[in-house]
Amino acid sequence: MTTEAPPKLFGEPVRRVEDARLITGSAKYLDDLKLPGMAHVAILRSPYAHARITSIDTAKAAAHPGVIAVFTGEDFEHLPALPCAWQAGGVENFVNTPRALEIDRVTFTGAGVAAVVAESKYAAEDALELIEVGWEPLDVLVDAEQAAAEGALQLHENAPGNIVMDWTCGDEQATADALGEAEVVVEERVVNQRLIPTPMEGRGAAAEFEPATGRYTVWMSSQDPHIMRLLMTAFVFGIPETKMRCVALHVGGGFGTKIFLYPEYVLMAALAEKVGRPVKWVETRRENYAATTHGRDHTTYLEIGAKRDGTITALRAKTYANLGGVLSTIAPGIPTTLYGRMLSGAYRIPNIHCRVLGVYTNTGMVDAYRGAGRPEATYLVERAVDLLARELELDPVAIRRKNFIPPEDFPYDPGILRGLHYDTGDYGKALDRALEIVDYEGFRSEQEEARGQGRHLGIGFSTYVEICGAAPSAWIGTVGEGWGASMWESATVRVHLTGKAVVTIGTQPQGQGHETTASQIVASELGIPIEDVTVELGDTQGAPFGYGTYASRSAAVGAVAVYKSLQRIKQKARRVAAHMLEADVEDVEFEGGRAFVKGSPETGKTIQEIAGAAALAYDLPEGEEPFLDDTTYYDPPNCTFPFGTHVAVVEVDGETGEIALKRYVAVDDVGVVINPMIVDGQVHGGIAQGIAQALWEHGIYDENGQLATSSLMDYAVPKTGFFPPFEIDRTETPTDVNPLGVKGAGETGTIASTPAVVNAVVDALAPLGIRHLEMPLTPERVWRAMHGAKG
Amino acid sequence: MYTMRPAEFDYRHPATLAEAVSMLTELEEARPLAGGHSLLPMMKLRLSTPEALVDLGGIAGLDGIAEDDGGLRIGALATHASVADSELVQARCPVLAETAALIGDLQVRNRGTIGGSVAHADPAADYPTLLKALGAVISAVGRDGEREIAVDEFFIDVFTTALQPGELVLSVRVPSTPTGTGAVYVKHRHPASSYAVVGVAAVVSVEEAACTRAQLTIGGAVRTPVHATAAAEALLGVSGSEEEITDAAGRVAESLPDALGDLYASAEYRVHLATVLAKRACLAAFERASS
Repeated sequence: MTTEAPPKLFGEPVRRVEDARLITGSAKYLDDLKLPGMAHVAILRSPYAHARITSIDTAKAAAHPGVIAVFTGEDFEHLPALPCAWQAGGVENFVNTPRALEIDRVTFTGAGVAAVVAESKYAAEDALELIEVGWEPLDVLVDAEQAAAEGALQLHENAPGNIVMDWTCGDEQATADALGEAEVVVEERVVNQRLIPTPMEGRGAAAEFEPATGRYTVWMSSQDPHIMRLLMTAFVFGIPETKMRCVALHVGGGFGTKIFLYPEYVLMAALAEKVGRPVKWVETRRENYAATTHGRDHTTYLEIGAKRDGTITALRAKTYANLGGVLSTIAPGIPTTLYGRMLSGAYRIPNIHCRVLGVYTNTGMVDAYRGAGRPEATYLVERAVDLLARELELDPVAIRRKNFIPPEDFPYDPGILRGLHYDTGDYGKALDRALEIVDYEGFRSEQEEARGQGRHLGIGFSTYVEICGAAPSAWIGTVGEGWGASMWESATVRVHLTGKAVVTIGTQPQGQGHETTASQIVASELGIPIEDVTVELGDTQGAPFGYGTYASRSAAVGAVAVYKSLQRIKQKARRVAAHMLEADVEDVEFEGGRAFVKGSPETGKTIQEIAGAAALAYDLPEGEEPFLDDTTYYDPPNCTFPFGTHVAVVEVDGETGEIALKRYVAVDDVGVVINPMIVDGQVHGGIAQGIAQALWEHGIYDENGQLATSSLMDYAVPKTGFFPPFEIDRTETPTDVNPLGVKGAGETGTIASTPAVVNAVVDALAPLGIRHLEMPLTPERVWRAMHGAKG
Repeated sequence: MYTMRPAEFDYRHPATLAEAVSMLTELEEARPLAGGHSLLPMMKLRLSTPEALVDLGGIAGLDGIAEDDGGLRIGALATHASVADSELVQARCPVLAETAALIGDLQVRNRGTIGGSVAHADPAADYPTLLKALGAVISAVGRDGEREIAVDEFFIDVFTTALQPGELVLSVRVPSTPTGTGAVYVKHRHPASSYAVVGVAAVVSVEEAACTRAQLTIGGAVRTPVHATAAAEALLGVSGSEEEITDAAGRVAESLPDALGDLYASAEYRVHLATVLAKRACLAAFERASS
């Protein structure tokens, strides 16, 4: 029998298998869920940033037509506050975290204080207006640096100075000495403003409770249903995990916000039990802005020291990280491990010290937002290098090249990664390719000419490195890191009797195309058509435990688990085939979907024949179990470190301060690529979000703690027309951490692009003596800087 | 505050204009509904809680675009998209089609109407500024019948017009821009809302290389669109050189003593933007008038 082996799909731009569902509208999201007898929940939220609750009268609301019941925080006093799952910097669990509904006091606008359960969404929202709350407004703090200053109002009795944690990494004395001895030191105060992540689909949750078994089912728009179940059962309800099933349907974007356990999820489970009916709550955009986590919000005092020739000798950062009124699930870990430990960037910096003060303020919770710590680190380092270049009158490309970690130095230990090391890298290669695409020399002469005509052209670079593939459990478990979980990943592959494969994975996509990439790996390894692969995910029932999708880990950790199971399945297929072919197993090879005796590829058994034989089990090798299946729990030995060079070319309008983004070049190295089309999509979206931080987005609280950018009319999420076509290319430096060589591609764009744009604008305006500008670079801010106008 | 569903209201769907007028007159707290792109969001936030909505969508003949006495008559229910795409508008008053194409986004343009825009009188809207510069006339109908309101009398304050309670916009009459006249609208678009942070309309007539008539109108900067009279007067007689126009535009600030400021742009910056955009609009308008 001869068959032509199907094409190897790994590495090909295979069309996404999810898209037929998504683009025809048949994909089901949380809000599409309709359970028999389902009631609707609306939540009364605080209009004050800081207030005591003196009374709540729910009688009128409860009497409103269509209302089933009204609840306040006291009804859930028996449930603990939510857990804090990453207790970096000595943060304690359950301390200053949200409750299902707040009881005595609120610390940010939007905190939930009462819930109406009603027959319709309209009745629920009408009844909210009938709840009478006695508010006693208190003084408000919104700025982290001010909140950490001496004499500031105390927001939580257990947090003196409003400090969540005081965390450091690096050698303080050596860094101080190196800065003291440096031939040049550049200082700057750098603000990384608050952002509102804005996934297209907001959060939502539904729940039902089965009294006969005491079992909850909770549906939520989530990036990690297994972790939701773990946190809710073990830390909130105090029940075995077998008493709860968590399900994520299709998820319309998350960007980190859907990693966390929110009060509303606990509330839905508790309400389903209390009212004896399934309940559902889907947030509005206003709730999404007020009560879903925000990102960034750092104020940093930066110092970088160097020799006159541009060799960097030291970097010191003191950062105030605004974490909001209460702590979100992994809030303490973002500005510490994922930020401070990445401050070496792509450079050899022999002395680094970073101190981070996490600070409580009367603002919304801040936690991971696409990139999570690495955008803040990259912005700081890439701005620092540009500031240094400007001070020393060096070319920004030359100073980067001079300080790059050279390829021969990998694996490289930057000294602050607490046992991890940069895996592989060739930073100069990506830079060279980007310079070639953008025609750097050509641009500099064009810029010279434009300056002669009074035009302001600029170019900006970001030669970033980031950390992906959150895992090694042993690293996560290092004493003092404070993680409350591990980070391995799981996969189960079953090859059914017909040769069709079902893969169950523990990761949970929000648009990344996991079904496609997992299918590509299975189809390539087993040599079956991609249509013969089905991917199951999103449900704790029937899936092995998995940690979910964030930190660009679904390929570097999750896909590797799939690959490992496939290797074992192929081994078993060889054994079964050897028995069928009456050959010695050592002589049998598996290739292109067929097992055959070496040298005789024309004879042999197809994977479908082998799967059938394994499933029927009429005649298996002695001691061999029926069926072709395997489960892997993969725990990698190291994280992965993607890198690259992004280049922005801008022109600033001298009259209005408006910035025109003329070109955007991105050369990323994410290791081996499984599906280039999907990686391009990830890179495009990430670049858009990162540029948006540089130019448009800013989540602003006024002095009363009111969110001034509370809707999409005020908060400037960019539209496609805001961007030029992105010029994308890649270099490929495989990682040696995992057998696929993949590093992760979900966040590179967001991490790299922000400083590239700011560096470009500052480059354009350098002749005017401008060395730094705060984001977002709004036209007025740029105009004022250019004209030295007084604010 | 955080919810997005309107309070309960009565929905009426009249088939004739007369019926609509009588409903709006007789019902308590009734509001007319055209495209709904300003009213419905306010109702969802419960900033507006009308007892009844009178949907004008079922009334035939309110969305026409036709020639009228040398100009154009645009029916109140003509959508921004239909004005932008109208060959008649593009031929007779190109600036009107261009402005319509700059409003909001595609979804807004497909639903939003010219009558709704002028009746709503948002200070950051695009149409009011242009219509004021062009000297449009608003036709309205109420229980006392039809009347015409000159645009300069129409916009009174933020969200406030000369319309009486129960009175509806019927159509907007716009003079065409003849040869020798150039009209241009430019805006600085808010990156989130797409509304005009500042919008400037310039209408200039040129005869024998000299400006014989000029109107310069600024929107978004103060509570209603205003004529930059001093700047417009400074344009009279000039040939349209960049220097002359820059000088004239420099006088825009005189007409904006009460400029508005917000999170995105301070009052000072709005005045500056108005000055720059006025210069750019005038330069383009002169070029049009002379071509």
